[in-house]
Amino acid sequence: MALDPILLSRLQFAFVVSFHAIFPVFTIGLASYVAVLQGLYVATGNSVWDRLGYFWTKIFAVVFGIGVVSGIVMAFQFGTNWSNFVQFAANLIGPLLSYEVVTAFFLEAGFLGVLLFGRNKVSPSVHFFAALMVAVGTFVSAFWILVSNSWMQTPQGFEVREGVMHVTSWMEAMFTPSFPYRFMHMAMAAFLTGGFVVCGVSAWFLLRNRDVEVHKRALSMTLWLLLILTPLQAWIGDEHGLNTLEHQPAKVAAMEGNWETQSNVPLLLFALPDRDLQANRMEIGIPNGASLILRHDADGVVPGLDQVPEDEQPPVWMVFYSFRVMVAMGLLMIFFAVAGLALRRGERYATSRWFLRGLQGMSLAPFLAVLAGWYVTEIGRSPWLVFGVMDYADAVTPSLTGGMVLATLIGYIAVYAVIFYAGVYYLFKVIRQGLDDSHANQGIEDSDRPARPFSATHVPFDGGIDSARS
Amino acid sequence: MEMFDLSLIWAVIIAVGVIMYVLMDGFDLGLGILFPFAPDEDSRDVMMNSVAPVWDGNETWLVLGGAGLIGAFPLVYTILLPALYLGVFLLLAGLIFRGVAFEFRFKSHRSKSFWNWAFAGGSFVATFAQGCVVGAYIQGFETADGVYTGGAFDWLTPFSVLTGVGMVIGYSLLGATWLVLKSEGHVREWARGLVPKLLIGVLVIFAIVSLWTPLIDQGVYERWFDNLQVIWVLPFATLLCALGIFLGNRHGREGSAFLLTLGLFIFTYLGLIVSRWPYVVPPQYTLWDAASAPESQFFLLIGVLFVLPIVLTYTAWTYWVFRGKVRVGEGYH
Repeated sequence: MALDPILLSRLQFAFVVSFHAIFPVFTIGLASYVAVLQGLYVATGNSVWDRLGYFWTKIFAVVFGIGVVSGIVMAFQFGTNWSNFVQFAANLIGPLLSYEVVTAFFLEAGFLGVLLFGRNKVSPSVHFFAALMVAVGTFVSAFWILVSNSWMQTPQGFEVREGVMHVTSWMEAMFTPSFPYRFMHMAMAAFLTGGFVVCGVSAWFLLRNRDVEVHKRALSMTLWLLLILTPLQAWIGDEHGLNTLEHQPAKVAAMEGNWETQSNVPLLLFALPDRDLQANRMEIGIPNGASLILRHDADGVVPGLDQVPEDEQPPVWMVFYSFRVMVAMGLLMIFFAVAGLALRRGERYATSRWFLRGLQGMSLAPFLAVLAGWYVTEIGRSPWLVFGVMDYADAVTPSLTGGMVLATLIGYIAVYAVIFYAGVYYLFKVIRQGLDDSHANQGIEDSDRPARPFSATHVPFDGGIDSARS
Repeated sequence: MEMFDLSLIWAVIIAVGVIMYVLMDGFDLGLGILFPFAPDEDSRDVMMNSVAPVWDGNETWLVLGGAGLIGAFPLVYTILLPALYLGVFLLLAGLIFRGVAFEFRFKSHRSKSFWNWAFAGGSFVATFAQGCVVGAYIQGFETADGVYTGGAFDWLTPFSVLTGVGMVIGYSLLGATWLVLKSEGHVREWARGLVPKLLIGVLVIFAIVSLWTPLIDQGVYERWFDNLQVIWVLPFATLLCALGIFLGNRHGREGSAFLLTLGLFIFTYLGLIVSRWPYVVPPQYTLWDAASAPESQFFLLIGVLFVLPIVLTYTAWTYWVFRGKVRVGEGYH
């Protein structure tokens, strides 16, 4: 079988971006959480907030570090694998991606150092300000990335001259119709990720009776937050879906597994989509459900995949099931947020073993939801790289051979496997060490540098925590 | 916007970014290459501690250069990256391994030797790949209509292997003179003994590459032998630097030895630039051919002009704070 450089390039990009995305989505949420904790410390003077802030700042440092390392590759992949796309779109994509880098540098040179190492060197208010600026900075970075992605989904504000796109209006090109929804949906996803990880880690400590009062506080405030954010995210997601229906109906049709444009479309819970048949081989659904959700009317007409030629349809089953994974994770998140409210009486949210165990597992849910959500929106755009303008075949690097891409794909998987293993192993170590690390850094000589966020933690990489403590 | 040639401004920014990267990451990559040959584990600690505060600040220049390229000269980005596909992978994999090894070696006891090898291996691979990129660049790229049309291994030729080896020895020299500057006792003596050997290696490869380069391309030949006599000052300055390094190292003037090594790199780099100017994708495309639209270059320039002084100040401040010698058994605290 001949190796297809287009498919392999897509796989490679998907692998690298999936691996990378889980780290920034976490740090964006966590940066805001740390800023809240430091703000509470300034407002109340209660040192519990500062201890929590210190603990979560260490975790932030490690995750940020892995995120930066894993992101370097992406900046080069556009050129190595999608050079025709860059050649076509560089006038817009180039400055946008460069601005993301510039933002990150500014952040690193400015406030990250104060946040990570300034705890005992500057006043609490200055430290809080640094935390706030880091949080803002992570959002600004996300802004540039999502501006680029949204332009690829709903392109506008440009004209094509001699095969190259030129920006005619920066405002239009940057603020495309899908951008506000995508940005809100993603920002909320980052908050949920941060929130559920904080809950899961707090639950882990509560189950082990370690620093109960402190982690109970963290859990309580985060559960209140999630009670508001989880339903809010469902609503934003719905709005995002309606926006997609307007601009990319084929994507929504694939999400719903709906082949024919018709009224009274059911909401499918399960289906076996078959592209050759242009129908589902079997399906189980709620009558009129999709019409009600998308048109707010049981008789509402919902566009189907028949709106686009067969060769412009996305791979339906991947979009269909990714969407269901995302929604299922969202519902689970809402369930746990509401259960947290129900368990408020007698503070059972901090003692109930099933709930705490469940929260531990729920730390993974937002990551799964984020990845599944990105698969929906990215695979759902297929076969277009720039929707309606440029497809994968036109975008790929012409000189690529399947063998080259396969070799580097295997290489990246190997490299990332090592980083992921070492990084996550170390992250767990930092978490397990808990709030107090005054004795744990024996034998570790490190220099505190903001450019090297790992240096903010003084936890040994190997050797048991207990032996380090003694 | 008509008043300025934005492409020229960007060419200067990126050229400065590249040489900043080569000089600064050069000495810490060089230390990584010398790592396995260090006399003992204490020396390795000193070597790592001497660059720990600055090394990834050094690498930011690579990222800045890459980001600047896609924004200002997309054609360079879209021809070079496909042409150097496998080399770029090796470069990135090497840099990543080495970065991670750096972080974890500080925190390791049992797994230290694994991270030692990851650090050395990553540094070597990344450096060799960079050297090959230089060689491939001098040789030029096979293109048609702004698209790379060559093969996967075109970048790997006897000439680029030679430049790759040259880069490995050159960075080692940078690393060695840096280490002489930053260490004392037996570590310093070891590094000092390396300098003359590495210097000879660099000069031999410099000579071969200098003789070979004009034969590769008619344009380069004409530039050096017909019209621009004044540029001969560059190789001459390079040789003067080499002499200065040798004498400085012999008489224990470690500061001048290190600075002259930087000079050696700068003059070689300038020699490379004048050989090919104004072609940024040799042999066909000039920097004006490769430029993005003026409005895009301008849009990005605002942000870069804002952030560049901050990065420069911050870098200078870091080097100032961590000046002086590193002693055995002592990090920066």
